[in-house]
Amino acid sequence: MKFSDQLEQRFATMVTHYPTKRSVLVPMLLYIQDELGAVTDEAIHEIAQRTELTDLEVRNVISYYSMLRTRPVGKYNLQVCTNVSCLLRGADDIFEHCKKKLGIGNKESTPDGLFHLEEVECIGACSWAPALMMNYEFHENLTPAKIDELIDGLKKKEEQ
Amino acid sequence: MADVTLTVDGKKLTVPAGTLLIEACKSTGIEIPSFCYYPGLSLQGACRMCLVEVEKMPKLQTACTTPVAEGMVVTTESDKIKQARKAMLELVLANHPLDCPVCDAGGECELQDMTFKYGAAESKFMDLKNHRDEQQWSPVVYFDRPRCILCYRCIRVCGEGMDVWALGIQNRNVGSVIAPNKEDHLECEECGMCIDICPVGALTSGAYRYKTRPWEMKHVGTVCTHCGDGCKTTLGVRRADTGMEIVRGDNRDKSGINGDFLCIKGRYAFDFANSSDRIQQPLIKHEGKFVAATWEQALDRIASKFKQVLASDGPTAVGVIGSNRTSNEENYLLQKFARLVLGTNNIDHHRTADFPAFASALAGNANATASMRDVFDAPAILLIGNNPTDQHPLLAWQIRTNVRLHRAKLYVVNSYPIKLRRQAAAFAQIASGSEGSVAQFLGGNDAAGDAAVTPQFSREALSQLRDELKNEKDLVVIFGSELRGNDVTALVNFGLAQGAKFICLGDYANSRGAADMGLYPDMLPGYAPVASATSFHEDWVDEIPKSPGLDLLQMVDAAKEGKLKALYVVGSNPIARYNVDPFALSKAFVVVQDMFLTETASIADVVLPIANAYEKGGTFTNTCGDVQMLKKAGEFAGVRNDFECIVRIADRMGYDVHKLVPFGGGGTRADMGQSRGAQSGEADRHAVWLAEHNLEPKMSPYDPTAMLDEIQRLVPGYDISRLGLLSGHDEHTQLVQITGATGSGHPELVLPSNDTLFTSGTLGRYSPTLNSVMERYSTTAAQVAGD
Repeated sequence: MKFSDQLEQRFATMVTHYPTKRSVLVPMLLYIQDELGAVTDEAIHEIAQRTELTDLEVRNVISYYSMLRTRPVGKYNLQVCTNVSCLLRGADDIFEHCKKKLGIGNKESTPDGLFHLEEVECIGACSWAPALMMNYEFHENLTPAKIDELIDGLKKKEEQ
Repeated sequence: MADVTLTVDGKKLTVPAGTLLIEACKSTGIEIPSFCYYPGLSLQGACRMCLVEVEKMPKLQTACTTPVAEGMVVTTESDKIKQARKAMLELVLANHPLDCPVCDAGGECELQDMTFKYGAAESKFMDLKNHRDEQQWSPVVYFDRPRCILCYRCIRVCGEGMDVWALGIQNRNVGSVIAPNKEDHLECEECGMCIDICPVGALTSGAYRYKTRPWEMKHVGTVCTHCGDGCKTTLGVRRADTGMEIVRGDNRDKSGINGDFLCIKGRYAFDFANSSDRIQQPLIKHEGKFVAATWEQALDRIASKFKQVLASDGPTAVGVIGSNRTSNEENYLLQKFARLVLGTNNIDHHRTADFPAFASALAGNANATASMRDVFDAPAILLIGNNPTDQHPLLAWQIRTNVRLHRAKLYVVNSYPIKLRRQAAAFAQIASGSEGSVAQFLGGNDAAGDAAVTPQFSREALSQLRDELKNEKDLVVIFGSELRGNDVTALVNFGLAQGAKFICLGDYANSRGAADMGLYPDMLPGYAPVASATSFHEDWVDEIPKSPGLDLLQMVDAAKEGKLKALYVVGSNPIARYNVDPFALSKAFVVVQDMFLTETASIADVVLPIANAYEKGGTFTNTCGDVQMLKKAGEFAGVRNDFECIVRIADRMGYDVHKLVPFGGGGTRADMGQSRGAQSGEADRHAVWLAEHNLEPKMSPYDPTAMLDEIQRLVPGYDISRLGLLSGHDEHTQLVQITGATGSGHPELVLPSNDTLFTSGTLGRYSPTLNSVMERYSTTAAQVAGD
């Protein structure tokens, strides 16, 4: 398979950065996921061929990292941190509120395919706990009201 | 590397720098427990069992990943370590089911042994165990997830060892699980190495699981009867209705040339021996149908018919076809029987390599043949033709391991992109069928090189290959049956000039032995022409017929024309192998000795039920010329071995079996000068040889070791250490004494078996395991396995 021109170009330069081909695997998986929404079977096979690995080895890596996935999730992926710092500042309540607000559980998507909710380990935003990541965007010092604002805002944006 | 001195438990020891602490301790007799460490595989550091205290290092260190250092002071037993080991075991056992009473590994489980030794009798864990159902990944491999202790040995041996990479690890920490390459099943070479190497019962084999307990078996180390590599295999046998049934094959004791390696055939395809299709009684054809007979009736019928044909049509009207899977003793006896008892040189076998051309090309040069062990540590290897991954799995393993551990330089010349190209420093994909031309080119015939050139492989590349090869010291040259006749000579001459060693690849367990023992119409044992003056002529009492006999195909033609009146087929299936028209043999009296009613046995007049190589003693010579001893493991009611049958037939024909098999005391030919003739005035040479070698005369004509005595005494190259053989070693035969050997002159008779990983000639068809694996791969044939 062929990726977008931009990604193809990125691959071509990245592969020259490492002494071995397989080293380009993890960054490539992230870029592929950004482009396709998930690392599909087809993409796994393609990247395995290009890095001279077996499909199985690529799957091993994907399954190791929680931020890599093989099935597409909702358009907005809410990753709520419940690790120590966030936990101490009420992350559990935040996560529960997200569940109620969206009507879905951990690692589930809303039926319209708009939202996906996930409980994750530390995202490195301890100073502004509790925090969540919406796709690559950080939302910090969360309160239930802030969550409502975020979700409603996104919904409204989609309706337009 | 320089040596390093360190102290372990108060003992001073000196080991080479770079040695791992765990190995250094082992060398001084201190055992450090570990699950994930496995010699020869990459380091893992996963199981944390090998923790030791090292002075001035703050925490406990893993001995399996720590190299020794000068002045290091190590403690391997202390309260702290004891506590750590116990805690590790407790963690491993947290989710490990305690189903030891029904687990295949129970009784030979490393986790059991360690728990017993390092103690983790109580557990602080109260949680429910996380159960998962067992999965079947292939006809051969089963996976029981909760038993897995995540040592990664299976993953490493499959990837690094076998170069298959069919196993991986998915998820992480407590969720980690060993995963097969096709989501819920495996697509691989089915070698079973992962099962063998598993320290617990997480991976179990379809062939053995839930069949028996390890302590109920008797374990017998013998030689595999499939391909020509000669792997040692330890067979687990157990009482059964038919005698002793073989239930398991492995080589956990790492004896033999193969270490713990075995392929699917060695590990699982012993099951032909337990097949219900085996013949258990002699059969005589009566009005077109087989009727069960007694041994007496069958042997009488054979002997009287042979005698009748000899009397009416002479020795040229009888023929003998030998086997690639019978022992050296049986092969030697068979050709002696043909030449002396029947008086004919009409003897041949299914040739799978041009060994005569090889012997003649070597022309008696010393140290010119490589043993299977040499392939493991040779600095450079040239492989022309063949596909060892399929046809010689051990050879492929040796090559891969050598490249991985010793960085050997591998050159592969083949017309197909065979899997070993992945280990090759240089891979030359030459034009189809041009292996011979390459050999000629290497040998100096520049014009021959043109035939090998392809758009991808230029003439310049070929010349460069030759130049590079010429600079390789201690090269081992391995060639397949693509090279025959003059091509072999050219290649051998090329290599000999730089001191290379050679291996000529033949296909079945004892094809080299069959060739060495002279199952040829024109050659005696040791590739000596029948008409030449050899020690056999001097030694055998009766005269050897002078003119060469008929080869296999000529015998079939003669039978068709009605000229060949009797055919004696021992352990061979020419009708299927050579695609012979079964009606061609309808006029002749055909005797077949076999385990099964093969295509050839079905058209025979008398069939004798025969023991296979797992059910008898004797020796096999692998394709490299390494001789090993067979040990009787299985037993099957009603069968006898080929050796006994041949002797009995000779006896029934009225031949003095003393002249055939040297047995009994008191020099049979010591005449001390009273008589005249070739041997007058000499003592019994056999007795002298025995005395010289501290061996006793054998007391039975059915004892194959009596024949081994004669083989060792007379067959060039076979004067090897008997002590070594008896203690289970492989003894390399040199073809040094063979000078003036004739090339066969019939390269066209060489017919490779073209066995795949999952076939093994006629034998393989009777193996349920091989059949089940093949069935599976024929339904999912769309993808290429493991490559």
